[in-house]
Amino acid sequence: MPEVRLFPGRLDPYVELATYERDLISQHGAGQYGATTSFVGTMRDFNEGDEVTKMFLEHYPGMTEKVLEQLCAQAMADYPILDCLVLHRVGDILPNDPIVLVAAWSAHRGAAFDAARFLIEKLKTDAPFWKKESLAAGQRWVDKNTKG
Amino acid sequence: MTIQVRFFASLRERMGRADAELEAGAANTVGEVWAAVAGGEAMPDNLLMAINQDYVQAHASVADGDEVAFFPPVTGG
Repeated sequence: MPEVRLFPGRLDPYVELATYERDLISQHGAGQYGATTSFVGTMRDFNEGDEVTKMFLEHYPGMTEKVLEQLCAQAMADYPILDCLVLHRVGDILPNDPIVLVAAWSAHRGAAFDAARFLIEKLKTDAPFWKKESLAAGQRWVDKNTKG
Repeated sequence: MTIQVRFFASLRERMGRADAELEAGAANTVGEVWAAVAGGEAMPDNLLMAINQDYVQAHASVADGDEVAFFPPVTGG
């Protein structure tokens, strides 16, 4: 069963990944997957040529989780994966803080890569999150995603 | 009964409020909800909208008790 979770505080994607994988093995038994892919998105300290000192991540409580759950269900239906995981920060974020983790597990690498790519790309266009950056000159909303 | 309206992010700041309430019957579609609460502002081309936390288009019908949300393009991840 895919899991989706929002983190108002710190997110350590590697600890979460290891914990989730242990649970996955106890749930499905050993030897059920041959590939794990994970993507971690981290805050930069620059955007559009400006230095960014911190960021606030707003979301739509309820809808954000719902959209992420729908994306996971879609990934499970469209790719031969055993499971997937999506974790995302909300609130105040500093440079180097991990913002997002997506992970997928499958028998072979192709499906795991494809499902993780699908999840992060669809998250970026569909999941209701909005970034507001703090710069030396004040604050501004990020109005579009950078090209992947 | 009423329709609950919510604004997020830069749109919330531009509207100067996070919520609005509309008498059910004052609007039949999401586009009409926008017209009723946006104070004469034209609907932005890239505006996203949802009814009860599912994405919809401006012509979607609204019903009594619905939560309608308007927001700018999303920028998570």
